[in-house]
Amino acid sequence: MTQAPPTVEAFEARPVEDTRLIEAKGPWRLAWERLRRDRVAIVCFLVIVLIVLVAVCAPLIADLVGHKPNATDQLGGLTPEGLPKGPSWSHPFGTDSLGRDIFIRVVYAARISLLAGVVASTLAIIVGAVVGLFAGYIGGMTDSFLARTMDVILSFPFLLFGIALVSIVGPSLGIVIGVIAFFSWASVGRIVRGQTISIKEKEYIEAARSLGAGDVRIMFVDVFPNLIAPVLVYLTLLIPAAIVFEATLSFLGLGVIPPTPTWGNMLAESLGFYQVAWWYVLFPAAALLITTLAFNLLGDSVRDALDPRGERLFRQ
Amino acid sequence: MSDDVLLQAARVVKRFPVSSNALFRRSREQVHAVDGVDLEVRRGETLGVVGETGCGKSTLARCLTRLYPLTDGTVVFDGHDISTLSRQALRPYRLQMQMIFQDPYSSLNPRRRVGSIIGDPFAIHRMAGGSTRKRQVQELMELVGLNPEHYNRFPAAFSGGQRQRIGVARALALRPKLIVCDEPVSALDVSIQAQILNLLNDLQRELDLTYLFIAHDLAVVRRVSDRIAVMYLGKVVELADAEELFDRPRHPYTAALLSAATDIDDEGPRERILLRGDVPSPIDPPQGCRFHTRCPKARELCATAEPPLESKAGDASSHQTACHFPVEEGEQLAGGSTAA
Repeated sequence: MTQAPPTVEAFEARPVEDTRLIEAKGPWRLAWERLRRDRVAIVCFLVIVLIVLVAVCAPLIADLVGHKPNATDQLGGLTPEGLPKGPSWSHPFGTDSLGRDIFIRVVYAARISLLAGVVASTLAIIVGAVVGLFAGYIGGMTDSFLARTMDVILSFPFLLFGIALVSIVGPSLGIVIGVIAFFSWASVGRIVRGQTISIKEKEYIEAARSLGAGDVRIMFVDVFPNLIAPVLVYLTLLIPAAIVFEATLSFLGLGVIPPTPTWGNMLAESLGFYQVAWWYVLFPAAALLITTLAFNLLGDSVRDALDPRGERLFRQ
Repeated sequence: MSDDVLLQAARVVKRFPVSSNALFRRSREQVHAVDGVDLEVRRGETLGVVGETGCGKSTLARCLTRLYPLTDGTVVFDGHDISTLSRQALRPYRLQMQMIFQDPYSSLNPRRRVGSIIGDPFAIHRMAGGSTRKRQVQELMELVGLNPEHYNRFPAAFSGGQRQRIGVARALALRPKLIVCDEPVSALDVSIQAQILNLLNDLQRELDLTYLFIAHDLAVVRRVSDRIAVMYLGKVVELADAEELFDRPRHPYTAALLSAATDIDDEGPRERILLRGDVPSPIDPPQGCRFHTRCPKARELCATAEPPLESKAGDASSHQTACHFPVEEGEQLAGGSTAA
């Protein structure tokens, strides 16, 4: 038997490399895939989605359970002695000292908390990122001035400042958001400034300059993409901090004015009753805890997913 | 200025203030990074610049391309004085002179795709948009030996040598006349170094490029350069054709530098000139000849008068040396010791 000589077809028969496969997975794609494999992140994400849904659908839920957040029920909502009622079928989380349904109040409070948390942190992130980027990139006197300003803000006793401000202009949700954003942007600014300074020294910035790129282009095309990851991580960690901050201010009576429910002012109201009505304390506190925990754990996972050093560990 | 000179530097000076805290303290101390350099780069040649780390080679390169403002002196590029132009006014010249950087890991933005990195020059100068740009970028990738299909990858997917090719492609994009190579191979493996040097060599022939090639590796510089300038503490101390410089170094510093280089072709033991002490601080450089504190041939004159960079009397070649008492051919330098 003779062996067939290798033919030209043998080479041609090789499958042509599919060029579409060469499309690279970018760092964002890789981070997203890592995040999707992280079970804690998925659970936290689902919890957050649930809380957001509950907050958005609060009026529907109110119709469903048949209670209004501010409707007092002196007859059915309180015991004959005038004390809050414990959890029951009609009031799953019990009632408060005015006979209001705690469940629907916790639901409505989620709206305030999320609103304050997300709006205040987004404001803080935008201001902090812009100020940090300019301070770090421009350097010199501008940087000294902005960096010292951030140091001053970070060394402010924010609670005292909040109390003083509210006693002058009166409490409102807008003031709360303003106070939280004002005290949070500086820490974002510091991080962004530090990152910018370290990126500014990279040769690719010099390369852009030697190509004739202007400062604005360098800042937004070359520096900014490198800041998105740390800023995103910081945002997910800032939201729970802002939620706690709002709760603190409301707890002290400096935030949202009653009867509008927030987790903070519900906790404040419950203090006189915790010995007889555990549910009064427990449910708002649990809502606050679960929300901030979910955001914090998600933030940790996002950081792990975006950390390029984590990448190398993962691949092994 | 004769027509074949592409870039001419005259008395270029660059000083940096030492750690000035912008708010409280203004330091009067300065680093004399480049201190009065005259240099000509001729069309089509490769001018090598060698010197120890910290002698001002890279600073000189950045002064010549006006990435830094000059403290003093003039730079004339292709007949135009660019030494005091603003960044905006420099933009048209940026098309004609480009840089290749030392560290291929730091010179490519990790968050951007290779296609957009190489396409950057087009984007900045608003040339060739859309599919034309993509085609041109892919042509460039092919030109430097990269697979054009890798257009969409990120720099992290490439090896050091490939990354340096990306840097070369970016520098070539606008068809510049002059490319300043700032230690383009010193961060690469030796085997990769040769590939990149060959690539640069081929491109020079194909595209009629002029290189200013900065390196501290003598073997590399010898291989690529037509002429070589030796720098010491911010000054050019010797300038000659490459072979002439290696065969007949006249400045004692050049002689010491060459004797320290390893050379495989070397036959038998040779003279190794050991210099005493360290390079003096560029904050407070020595009076007279900068090298006199370490020079085996130093005399009184050297400490007081600074020698100009000039040709030896009666020498028609372009060999220039800044030394009062240059090394003669066959001379044994005092302080030299024979190493095995």
